[in-house]
Amino acid sequence: MAANTANASLDDAINRTGDGFLGRLLGRHVFWVTVAAILACLIMSVATDTFATERNLFNVTRNFAFVGIVALGMTAVIITGGIDLSVGSVMGVCGILIGVVMSAGYSFTVGAAAALAGAGAVGLINGWLIAYAGMPPFVVTLGMLSIARSLAMVFSNNKMIYDFGPDTDLLLALGGGTTFGVANPVVVLVVLALAFGFVLRWTRWGTWIYAIGGNEQAANLTGVPVRALKLSVYVLCSLTAGIAAILMVGWLGAVTTGLGQTDELRVIAASVIGGANLMGGAGTALGAVVGAALIEVIRNSLLLLGVDAFWQGTFVGGFIILAVAFERFRRR
Amino acid sequence: MSVLELQGISKSFGAIRALSEVSLTVRPGEVIGLMGDNGAGKSTLVKIIGGNFAPSAGSIRIADRTVQFARPVEAREAGIEVVYQDLALCDNLTAAANVFLGREPTRGVGPFRVLDYGAMYRRAAELFAELKSETRPRDLVRSMSGGQRQAVAIARARLSDSRLVLMDEPTAAISVRQVAEVLDLIRRLRDRGVAVILVSHRMPDVFGVADRVVVLRRGRLVADRPAGDSSPEEVTGLITGAIEAV
Ligand SMILES: Nc1ncnc2c1ncn2[C@@H]1O[C@H](COP(=O)(O)OP(=O)(O)OP(=O)(O)O)[C@@H](O)[C@H]1O
Ligand SMILES: [Mg+2]
Repeated sequence: MAANTANASLDDAINRTGDGFLGRLLGRHVFWVTVAAILACLIMSVATDTFATERNLFNVTRNFAFVGIVALGMTAVIITGGIDLSVGSVMGVCGILIGVVMSAGYSFTVGAAAALAGAGAVGLINGWLIAYAGMPPFVVTLGMLSIARSLAMVFSNNKMIYDFGPDTDLLLALGGGTTFGVANPVVVLVVLALAFGFVLRWTRWGTWIYAIGGNEQAANLTGVPVRALKLSVYVLCSLTAGIAAILMVGWLGAVTTGLGQTDELRVIAASVIGGANLMGGAGTALGAVVGAALIEVIRNSLLLLGVDAFWQGTFVGGFIILAVAFERFRRR
Repeated sequence: MSVLELQGISKSFGAIRALSEVSLTVRPGEVIGLMGDNGAGKSTLVKIIGGNFAPSAGSIRIADRTVQFARPVEAREAGIEVVYQDLALCDNLTAAANVFLGREPTRGVGPFRVLDYGAMYRRAAELFAELKSETRPRDLVRSMSGGQRQAVAIARARLSDSRLVLMDEPTAAISVRQVAEVLDLIRRLRDRGVAVILVSHRMPDVFGVADRVVVLRRGRLVADRPAGDSSPEEVTGLITGAIEAV
């Protein structure tokens, strides 16, 4: 009997939290952003008869898929307290790599491998300089932003590539086609988001990158391999940029050295709106996707409502600030 | 058999001599109050025992074997756990995640392993119950009181079944009620045969729990005596140098 009560009270302690399920849900940034995104969609569905059409929803989801994919990798970097400004340029150089290799007559597999190898190499250099040489992420990736964009021009001689050799159809189908009515980039986004979400929550790697963002010193003292982990997030982030670039080239059917230019800003914005904290320690895969979606929904809504396109930047920028401000007030 | 034996430990940072020839023996289940003025070398000594610094001279023996720690993890593997002055906890993680940080239990087959949250919450709850702390495994450390944070840090030491726990000013930044909580935690550790070195500036805390009082002054060990044979007045004199060491 006494043992029973002791067990019961232990179970109680295990399951008890300060605020219960609803409290925890309401305490999540990503919950509120999701609510905002759903609300925006509902309002638009009622306010216009063009938003909730199959065609428009297909376009909206495909448009944010590219940013969303990279935002997943970016979120991992931001969770550790870092930043990767080079993703837009990495997209550029990867797009050019697959273009150059395929137009030289090689298969899609070889082209994609070249693009991903390029992305991985950039990630390794970024990660090594940051994790092992101890340089600030902002500076390293700012430098890489410039280097990767310039290399894209070097590799392509700054020419547009639209002939992708024997596997052209495969490339175009991959980036521009659909699976069960859903645009392929969206399928890739969903698969990657599930994978990231799972890994962040259910593996040591996931817990450890949150720990590094929360208190790097503490993580180090407890024997967490901080450097190797930091290296890994930069490699991963670059690889997501490489994947997005391959899909984007397939969708556009051509590639120029301008591919992905200034996309780093949209990617970071998506992560931050989704709850990634630039100070480190917070961020989710779902948040990255919803953040990317929200930016695109805002853009699309303004378009459908007939607001001058010049206003887009103001609205998106305002929303970034609003999302972070909201998080601040909620924490009070 | 001693838990820890320091012989002639010295440490210099460039021209600064932080520790000179400190020798100290710690027995199982013993609580040692380590006192001294600001800059006396207390934290330096803790960091040397905890594997953060190598001593410039002297030797460390554990269970009659000489050891050298290159990293804090090695000290931990040897049964020494440090509760740092600034509490090395991750605010954004749960109490349980902090207790298990770096040694999370997993389940699964072969390379396909996932974190065993059930086991983590259960074990953490047991440890907090053992420490009679109100800390809840699933709560974020961010929202915890100073006393609860100490409990998390100490539960970490219990998890690895440490023989010696070093605490650097655990009572410096917390309320009176929480101080009592932390002192209770120290007694629980002692009752389980764990030795504790408690660094503190607070006389009542040290005389409340310590079996022995050790005083450092300008890097030298100037007193090492049973708490019962000493008094706050005498220790104050030793710390300030008003009483010369014998
Ligand atoms: N990493 C370091 N590099 C250089 N000097 C150091 C370093 N750590 C400590 N010192 C010096 O060693 C001496 C002892 O410092 P220590 O931190 O051990 O003192 P303390 O007794 O813990 O003081 P407090 O009560 O203020 O915490 C001081 O003069 C300090 O400036
Ligand atoms: Mg100190």
